[in-house]
Amino acid sequence: MADQIQRMQEQVLQARSEGRKLNILGGGSKAFMGRNADPAAGTLSLAEHTGVVEYHPVELVLTVRAGTPLTEIEAVLAEHGQCLHFEPPHISETSTIGGTLACNLSGPSRPWAGSVRDQVLGVRLLNGKGEHLRFGGQVMKNVAGYDVSRLQAGAMGTLGAITEISLKVMPRPAATTTLVREMAMDEVVDYTNRRAAEPKPITGACWVDGRVYLRLAGARSAVEATADKWGGDVVADGDTFWRQVQDLQLGFFDDQNTPLWRFSVGSTANMPALDGPWMIDWIGSQRWYRGEASISDLEPLARAAGGQVSLFRGGDRNGEVMHSQPEALKTIQRRVKNSFDPDGIFNPGRLYSWL
Amino acid sequence: MKTEAKASKAMLAEQFRSFIDPEFVITDDETLKPYECDGLAMYREMPMMVVLPDTVAHVQRVMRICHEHGVPVVARGAGTGLCAGAMPHKEGVVLSLAKFNRILEIDPVGRTARLQPGVRNLAISEEAAQHGLYYGPDPSSQIACTIGGNVAENSGGVHCLKYGLTVHNILSVDIITAEGDRVTVGSDGLDGCGMDLLALLTGSEGLLGVVTEVKVKLLPKPEVAQVIMAGFDSIEKAGDAVGAVISHGIIPGGLEMMDGHAILAADDFCGAGYPRDAKALLLCEVDGTEEEVHEHITEAEGVFRKLGATSIRTSQSEEERALLWKGRKSAFPAVGRISPDYYCMDGTIPRRHLARVLLEMETMSEQFGLRVANVFHAGDGNLHPLILFDANVPGEFDRAEAFGSAILELCVAVGGCITGEHGVGVEKIRQMAVQFNDEELQQFHDVKAAFDPTGILNPGKGVPTLKFCQEYRSIEHKQHKHEQADAAHG
Repeated sequence: MADQIQRMQEQVLQARSEGRKLNILGGGSKAFMGRNADPAAGTLSLAEHTGVVEYHPVELVLTVRAGTPLTEIEAVLAEHGQCLHFEPPHISETSTIGGTLACNLSGPSRPWAGSVRDQVLGVRLLNGKGEHLRFGGQVMKNVAGYDVSRLQAGAMGTLGAITEISLKVMPRPAATTTLVREMAMDEVVDYTNRRAAEPKPITGACWVDGRVYLRLAGARSAVEATADKWGGDVVADGDTFWRQVQDLQLGFFDDQNTPLWRFSVGSTANMPALDGPWMIDWIGSQRWYRGEASISDLEPLARAAGGQVSLFRGGDRNGEVMHSQPEALKTIQRRVKNSFDPDGIFNPGRLYSWL
Repeated sequence: MKTEAKASKAMLAEQFRSFIDPEFVITDDETLKPYECDGLAMYREMPMMVVLPDTVAHVQRVMRICHEHGVPVVARGAGTGLCAGAMPHKEGVVLSLAKFNRILEIDPVGRTARLQPGVRNLAISEEAAQHGLYYGPDPSSQIACTIGGNVAENSGGVHCLKYGLTVHNILSVDIITAEGDRVTVGSDGLDGCGMDLLALLTGSEGLLGVVTEVKVKLLPKPEVAQVIMAGFDSIEKAGDAVGAVISHGIIPGGLEMMDGHAILAADDFCGAGYPRDAKALLLCEVDGTEEEVHEHITEAEGVFRKLGATSIRTSQSEEERALLWKGRKSAFPAVGRISPDYYCMDGTIPRRHLARVLLEMETMSEQFGLRVANVFHAGDGNLHPLILFDANVPGEFDRAEAFGSAILELCVAVGGCITGEHGVGVEKIRQMAVQFNDEELQQFHDVKAAFDPTGILNPGKGVPTLKFCQEYRSIEHKQHKHEQADAAHG
């Protein structure tokens, strides 16, 4: 547990004066994401910048250094019956909260609990000028200044190094039950959307290997009554299943040789069944596909489904791996990048080749 | 008549009238008058002109023309905002989105609604109700305020703790940029690629783009909602009760607190049957399935009783629930009845400092010689002190403003912020210098420039110039601030 700000600040200023680049690194578990890191760049490590800065269970607010591993945070929260209810994926035991926010990764509860981005209340950020800035705060409602904190979600470190994060945390549900039934892929989207439109305590809806899993969580009486009403088989060890979904550890994710694509689309969208295995999560809003393809071939499918596609793992990571941006947004994002990191020090080309 | 405008008024009006119905290019003082302020009427400015286009293509043309001539543009919805964020610029154009009031599409299965920016907040839930759905954020102005304005301010309401703010409930927005480009930010998917510009736009107070369409998420209407009204003989006990309920694992749909002054005013106003001798009142609403609500209501009642509630009443019918809420919802007009004018503040604090902040506020109330009543979104720490004053008494508004300013600085001193949901606008631009340092403010200016290089969108709002801040943080002022910080931490 240590505060590494001064060391990091010096490193940024030195890189700036020497015209060098820096790759930001936390636990290193998500090194496979984004485009390939610039091999010539140095490393700005946040792995030692760890520890809970402040935690007030009664306020539902946690402030933590960005290099803190998720497991450490969850252990602290569990002592008070609380959790990160966006269910961050533990890609490995070293996954940190900073990396989770930079990549905007959330688990199966995402459509109901919101994403990591949704739970962020404030950040401290080391920008490309070596300035250590504070945005947002430690309160639930705060509209002073632009929402620079949530802007970091998915920016993959291109705007600077997130050094500290304040998050909303939530109580763990009192009871959980998982229901499963066999279902063909072309029926599942309609089925899960209709379930999600009912005012019931649903917090998971995932289809994989020909089965649809629904998770109910909340007050015990409500979970039991809904399970009776909806029917289906109760999964004996449902928590393990959702944990595997959350951490991308299901058998579906085992094959690491074939490119893994992530579609973020409208929950009810019909998509053509491309050859290869699919997994449908988030009521239909997040669809995983594994197969050889090029991003330019898949983009029109994603667009027709109201959303976007990215190459999550494997494949060609020297080319673009994220859905393309319209020209006007490209211009704005370049300028935004420039406003935080005028010398282009941080994570060059990691998000897009042009950033 | 302004003669120093960057482009002549007549020339601009002529250009706009070539594609907008001339009746809706307003240039005469009498018709311009209603646009001189928003919901915060203490701040007024007459605009050069108001335009009310009715197609997105026309909005785009307005933006292109203004960009070309460097003319300031202030976008405006219903004008219900409370920070003078929609106050006109004297050399600028007010771009009213009032004509964009259509609900374009509701998808009952996918639970989304596609809206023009001038659709009223409440109209969304009214239209979605036939499908058993509603839109989450419910600012108190929801009968009049528009979704475009909600995006600009990141509006909240009484249900934020459980259901989130505007930023949590929208999927995408279409904007016209300062340079006149039309783009969609966000998508039908939940988490897209690239920087989260949607988050940046939400709450940006019209400084980064003009919203021309919004896609929102809809939620299934809870089966049941019940509210517990609990009176306490001290603010401190009520504050502890809020924390205790949440620690118990219950996230109420709404959790509101009122102090003694607000209780009396509200009860006089609408006869809600509030405990008139209580020093603090909690309204704790639990919603969900029947089983869940039953379970949580029983638990919450137990918690309140244990923490010394002097009275507890739980709604047994929809009518009773509505009555208990009526007092809270009419708290502002109720306070308006006991004072000629009131000034509503909007700080947020960590809840654990509630008692300290309210106590300090009482001391300030004596110092400034003005009464203050408090209503409080207790669940998420958002305070709404209502400072009572009489605008007809010379100097009283200035005192009210100074009092308000001191309250906001106190909020920052205890780790909170100067605005939870009303926005900065013109009103709180000075206090931005208290919450942020020069480097942070400069970063905001640089972000603004990324969207609006020539600075035509709502100039002079939201983020103060650094020169202004240095003046505000003058030695005398600093002294005042330190005294307060000492008091707050003492």
